[in-house]
Amino acid sequence: MVQWKAEERAAIQAVFAKLDYESVGRETLTRLLVVYPWTRRYFGGFGNLFNSEAIMANPKVAAHGIVVLRGLEMALKNMDDIKNTYASLSELHSEKLQVDPGNFQLLGDCLTVVIATRMRTEFTPDIQAAWQKFLAVVVSALRKQYN
Amino acid sequence: MSLTAKDKAVVKAFWGKISSKADAIGQEALGRMLTVYPQTKIYFAHWPDQSLGSAQVKKHGETVMGAITDAVGKMDDLIGGLSSLSDLHATKLRIDPGNFYILTHNILVTLAVNFPADFTAEVHVAVDKFLAALSAALADKYR
Repeated sequence: MVQWKAEERAAIQAVFAKLDYESVGRETLTRLLVVYPWTRRYFGGFGNLFNSEAIMANPKVAAHGIVVLRGLEMALKNMDDIKNTYASLSELHSEKLQVDPGNFQLLGDCLTVVIATRMRTEFTPDIQAAWQKFLAVVVSALRKQYN
Repeated sequence: MSLTAKDKAVVKAFWGKISSKADAIGQEALGRMLTVYPQTKIYFAHWPDQSLGSAQVKKHGETVMGAITDAVGKMDDLIGGLSSLSDLHATKLRIDPGNFYILTHNILVTLAVNFPADFTAEVHVAVDKFLAALSAALADKYR
């Protein structure tokens, strides 16, 4: 089981407290689709994803950004058992969506970059460390049901 | 994933904006790396102080960022331009090349913190491609 220090829990709560799901969600998914264009393969039904302006303006991207952050919120609320909390999400991603799990890391990295633009110097190295530890646990839980 | 003419132009333009803060960015990126990925500290075990504010981190951050800024001018031939640095990393420093991605990630986070408006998605992809190409050039002589 993952051990969380009090400062780590506080750091992760602090990041979430400032998170504007709509704005951060949309920009995170936009960056994923722009910086790692092969990820567009998973969003065939989203319409125009041909360039960054189109992606940024795409309402399905915006909606899905919020879905992703709400999913992360589930992990926040169950930090002591993320693995089991994510069992069905993991199955969804592996069986139904068939997402290459390498992409989870890429999405996490994009989210971290967007959070850095919002929190700026408040996103200290220690907070970044706790945040990335949280993302690593989330990614590991999402990979669990792949076989 | 080779650098297009557009990538190079975007990187050069962005580097023009950040050059006055290059030293501070190098220091912060290195400091973040050592804190967020503590395993990287093994390469700096000889430093008395590995924290963000230390003199060693400041100086080394400047060195690294200086070399990266230099590489911006060598984008047409990174492998040739970084040949001696690659020799150094391969034979003397012997840094596991997996760490290049770790430092790159922390450079991106530092750029995002310091230049949130300029570090757009388009700049992000161009800089990420540049740093990936730079990392490959740095690893070129490893074997």
